Amino acid sequence: MAHQDDGSGFSRRTFIGSIGVGAAGLLAPLGAGAAAQAAREVAAGATVAVTLQINGQAHRLEVEPRWSLLHVLREVLGLTGTKPGCERGECGACTVLIDGATRNACLTLAVEVEGREIRTIEGVARPDQPSAVAQAFVDEDAFQCGYCTPGQVMAAEGLLARSPHPSPEEIRAGMSGNLCRCGAYPHILKAVERASASRRGGRP
Amino acid sequence: MSGEASAGAGPGAPEPWGETRVVGKPLPRIDAWERVTGAAVFTRDLTLPDMLHAAVLRCPHAHARVRRVDLAVAARRPGVRAVLGPDGPGAAIPWYPDREGKPTSRLLDPDCRYQGEEVAAVAAETLAQAQEALAAVAVEYEVLPAVTDMERALDAGAPAVHARGNRQGERFGYSRGDLEQGLAQADAVVELTTRSACSVHTPMEVHCSVAHWEGHQLTVWDSTQGVFAVRAELAAALGLPLSSVRVVSHFVGGGFGGKLQLSKHTVLAALLARAAGRPVKLALSREETLRCVGNRPPNRLTVRAGARRDGTLTALGLEALGTGGAYPASATSGLLVGDLYRCANVRTAHDNVHVNAGPGRAFRAPGVPPAAFALEQAMDALAEKLGLDPLELRLANLPTGSQTRGLPFTSTGLERCLREGARAFGWREARARARDAGPLRRGVGLAAGMWGYEGDPRATALVTLLADGSATLNTGAVDIGTGTRTVLAQVVAEELGVPLERIAVENADTGTTQFSPPSGGSQTVLVNAPAVRAAALEVRRKLLGIAAGELHAAPGSLRLEGGAVVTAAGRRVLLKDLAGLAERVSLVGVGERAPHPPGKLALPFAAHFAEVEVDVRTGQVRLLRLLAVQDSGRVMNALTFENQVHGGVVMGLGFGLTEERVLDHATGALLSRGWHDYQLPTALDAPASIDWLPVDPHDRECNSVGAKGLGEPAHIPTAAAVANAIHHATGVRPLEAPMTPPRLVALLARARS
Repeated sequence: MAHQDDGSGFSRRTFIGSIGVGAAGLLAPLGAGAAAQAAREVAAGATVAVTLQINGQAHRLEVEPRWSLLHVLREVLGLTGTKPGCERGECGACTVLIDGATRNACLTLAVEVEGREIRTIEGVARPDQPSAVAQAFVDEDAFQCGYCTPGQVMAAEGLLARSPHPSPEEIRAGMSGNLCRCGAYPHILKAVERASASRRGGRP
Repeated sequence: MSGEASAGAGPGAPEPWGETRVVGKPLPRIDAWERVTGAAVFTRDLTLPDMLHAAVLRCPHAHARVRRVDLAVAARRPGVRAVLGPDGPGAAIPWYPDREGKPTSRLLDPDCRYQGEEVAAVAAETLAQAQEALAAVAVEYEVLPAVTDMERALDAGAPAVHARGNRQGERFGYSRGDLEQGLAQADAVVELTTRSACSVHTPMEVHCSVAHWEGHQLTVWDSTQGVFAVRAELAAALGLPLSSVRVVSHFVGGGFGGKLQLSKHTVLAALLARAAGRPVKLALSREETLRCVGNRPPNRLTVRAGARRDGTLTALGLEALGTGGAYPASATSGLLVGDLYRCANVRTAHDNVHVNAGPGRAFRAPGVPPAAFALEQAMDALAEKLGLDPLELRLANLPTGSQTRGLPFTSTGLERCLREGARAFGWREARARARDAGPLRRGVGLAAGMWGYEGDPRATALVTLLADGSATLNTGAVDIGTGTRTVLAQVVAEELGVPLERIAVENADTGTTQFSPPSGGSQTVLVNAPAVRAAALEVRRKLLGIAAGELHAAPGSLRLEGGAVVTAAGRRVLLKDLAGLAERVSLVGVGERAPHPPGKLALPFAAHFAEVEVDVRTGQVRLLRLLAVQDSGRVMNALTFENQVHGGVVMGLGFGLTEERVLDHATGALLSRGWHDYQLPTALDAPASIDWLPVDPHDRECNSVGAKGLGEPAHIPTAAAVANAIHHATGVRPLEAPMTPPRLVALLARARS
């Protein structure tokens, strides 16, 4: 019954490779220059230049076309507040805002978001300049281990950006893409309500 | 406040507090900002200079023998700095000990007994390079027949997982009285068999280790619940003295029992780091966490229960089948059947078997939620047969001590959990409400529970008061997200009157902090808080001695509050203004946790009440509300206590309604390879209202802080309460967990026909 197996059944190479191919299509709407660049055949490890606008700052970077935004944020820029949970779009731990809308950084290629406004937890929640959402998460104890929390905060920021005063049901639906294995959901939902209420009272 | 030594809370322990000023308050965590802003550095976030990334080659077959591994091509791939196969150094480190401590496998064992078992490992400059190198490893497997269904494991002709067969040791069990006689004495007898699926911890932060050698000194940053436990196992595995291994775990992204022990990837990281002469990070993928770092074993439990007309239990029997997968692991629990209710005639029998599946590990009250699912449904069925309210049946059989261990409890709040819970929930009214005749049926259910581990009392803490009146706390305890740092700092604040924001906690580093057992088994607070209190009291005595001299007052007349000493006459002197403190620079207190009270057991209890709505067309269950009543002794922080109760309940809903590891019995392949298939509860699944009600029996004997465990008892009864509510709503008894829509639809269809 002996047979050869090179173990590639467990490699993500095929998956990553297919995303790399897909990048050409994703790049097309961004402009002829970018599309032409992506249309060149690139060797593994070859990089392309991109400028990413992250938390109001421009970063000129050489990235491999297959790199996810999550990889670039964490491994290239050291912005580890954005967390990898599953790296396949199932948990929301890596939620960031792209032009104000929530997005899984693990399913977003870095080359795909050139010219877009990228906001991460580091740009939103700082102890010296707490956003209403971050402050509400602290006050309501809306976390346990804290690993999914930056993603929860970003999901809440995105939700309140598109719907400043959501109903409880909207909040549950809006936060349902972010798993919390510790099960802190009741406090998370309260924190989002609190943040919404404090914006109603505090800001025009 | 201060306490004098007494025998009440253990030999040499101070009296428990009466009124408290800081302990018990709903205070936000001292590390809230780190966690909320993403500034907290988890092991998964760590990058050391020159760090390599490692990946593991795993057996793609459920059962195979590795005949040959050729690493030569992989070793030459770009960026590869170290490779390790079954013949490499350290590959033969013994692994998976059986009950007698005899290893049943090795770190990289040619006998692969489940799909995903470790075959080889590679460290490279980047993770992509390591993964690409794995694809270049040539392995020759001899594929062997596999068995993955535990109910087939003991069949004649079933493939043998281990050469000596598929039994994990002999059948074991417990007995008191005479079960058969007890059943004969009963006016009503029920028997039911439940099946619960294997569930997997899947903490949000994957299991991850970073290993770094400096000469013969090894430092490992590990996503673990117990730095001292991992250090001991890692030092033994590598043949190093304890003093040569340092394990650090400052922030952990969840554990739930799956990170209590040393894992293979940690040793692989250390071996690769040694081979490469560079630090190595090995983070598992999400899929790997679903395969190879533990799970809650699936169970098949048959309960027989008998009672007299008045509800007095006469017999409880349990036949338990479970599997810890391919390797030894405790798979079933007799705790509840043996100890939750007073009963003269009890017999349990446990068969733990091997199958070709990932190994089991402790998972939030090992074996107990499945046992509650069985026992508490049997109690409900028995009440129904006797025409009793399920609440009354339970109240008729309250325990006062552990019958299996022959020891009284220091306190048992079970009766209060049931009575006060029933009142707060509106149990009788909700139960009496007519069931809806339409497609949406409502029902209520309750279930009780207890936890059986009193904790490892060996813990030491250091408290240091500094010259400016701020303080540090040094403890080896890991804060796995339950608020340990905050709660322990509250204890210091309580005794020294130092504001919480002026207390820094240094924890979970074997190189710099004091011994503490792993944060698991619901022991963290009850083991560590008394040690911290003892340390703070030593500082308090020294401080009051200094202050009494300077203020010409008796030490007993002084109070410590707001970072100051206050005399009986109301004079306040800031701690920083005490000359004696400035002169000494710091006051240090060393605290050791007192032993458990001799001859008694301190254990927590719980009762959960659930109301559900079942759509009988779709089998969809909606939890409308749940009340968790917890006797966990003193509430140390109302905010984190509530949060942990929510977490226990939500995880209970996962166990009861959605979570299921699925194996393909034909191939032994894991089918639930991500969270898309292995379904955790989301914000939409948690009920709008999870109420909690603490029941504090003011236990003055359990320990010097009066707290009992919480993490596990908050989780144990949930699924059983939901199951009983589903039965109340629909009339069908959901005996399989998770109680998914397809299973319920099938049950309802069978009931109609």
